[in-house]
Amino acid sequence: MTEKIYSSASEALEGLTFDGMSVMAGGFGLCGIPENLISALRDSGVQNITAISNNAGVDGFGLGLLLETRQIKKMISSYVGENKEFERQYLAGELELEFNPQGTMAERIRAGGAGIPGFYTKTGVGTVIAEGKPVREFNDETYIMETGLTCDVALIKAWRGDTQGNLQFKDTARNFNPIMATAGKVTIVEVDELVEVGTFDPNFIHTPGIYVQRLVQAKCEKRIEKVTTRGPRPVEGDA
Amino acid sequence: MAWTRDEMARRAAQELKDGFYVNLGIGIPTLVANYIPDGVDVTLQSENGMLGMGPFPFDGEENPDLINAGKQTITALRRSSYFNSADSFAMIRGGHIDLSILGAMEISENGDIANWMIPGKMVKGMGGAMDLVAGVKRCIVTMDHTNRAGASKFLKSCTLPLTGQNCIAMVITDLGVFAREGNEGFRVKELAPDVTLDEVRAKTEAELTT
Repeated sequence: MTEKIYSSASEALEGLTFDGMSVMAGGFGLCGIPENLISALRDSGVQNITAISNNAGVDGFGLGLLLETRQIKKMISSYVGENKEFERQYLAGELELEFNPQGTMAERIRAGGAGIPGFYTKTGVGTVIAEGKPVREFNDETYIMETGLTCDVALIKAWRGDTQGNLQFKDTARNFNPIMATAGKVTIVEVDELVEVGTFDPNFIHTPGIYVQRLVQAKCEKRIEKVTTRGPRPVEGDA
Repeated sequence: MAWTRDEMARRAAQELKDGFYVNLGIGIPTLVANYIPDGVDVTLQSENGMLGMGPFPFDGEENPDLINAGKQTITALRRSSYFNSADSFAMIRGGHIDLSILGAMEISENGDIANWMIPGKMVKGMGGAMDLVAGVKRCIVTMDHTNRAGASKFLKSCTLPLTGQNCIAMVITDLGVFAREGNEGFRVKELAPDVTLDEVRAKTEAELTT
């Protein structure tokens, strides 16, 4: 049995980075992003990355770190509104950008991980997204073809992982992480908690360890993008 | 008196039916959650991977792992479930969501919507909007009837790049409610208080029937 546990994020990336590589990074906004692996990727100094991630982080955090250092050549995302450096580089023609509808992006990744090279969807019919894509009618409705998406390395954030790489995710930090874990030639996961194999009830494993090649336990900052509350909790006994 | 944002949200909430699974967009659609009628039980979907979205947390109880599609901190309910992004969009694209309420920059008389891109300006992306309008059973738009320059946003055909074609069943603006069946055009269903049909026609480029 190959040992999957690594002692640091940089060590977990060792031997996997190369110029022009494609990287998926899980997360929605800053929720459920592999913070430590992104920092380690920046520190590796690798250039011309194609980054596949729903968003582009914010200035100075998440994938924003790799944009600051100009390590990203191309982004495949569905929404990039929260990053000024991204906007500057894009408008200056320094950064390639491919927008995918969010559901199309998720399905492309799911399909890629499942060995499905293409599929048809209604999403984007009649829009710029459909331009140049094969079209087919099914039951009198028009669909466009989209392709499966894989990557050289998938960077994943999970809540808990065991020594076999079985994973559990927490709340909405799950998002793109489980599907991206299936779509990497190599999948590296950072977890809040690392536990011994056998700890999880097999009924409640979200991602089976077959998809995970490397695992590291690391502390996350878990920055909140938009703290929104409804005010103080009412004191008990108050009307 | 034209409707305020909250009045538009309150009117949109009248379209919710008991037992519906609903996805609410950002802006006025988010306010709809404040006006769910008594006796109507709906489950809100958040496309980042949650069914059964609860209210915002109390101060100091924010959970960084629990946000909505607008990236705001939220809470869970007893009925809540979490799932990955592919499952989330399988619900949306597979026609399992009953109703989506979303904002728009332009609507055309044949039900096209443009709400994600202005050429020449920075494009932030379509997020899940194209999936929602293509897959959800019924889509309702809440928007101002005219733009800041006073030009109609309710057009014969959209001038901006489309989000989806022939997919909007109802438009609720500050001036009234406009509905269409199947492939027909929009009909004036209701007017906001003291708004006249003449005023609506003057501010609408799209063909409207009464």
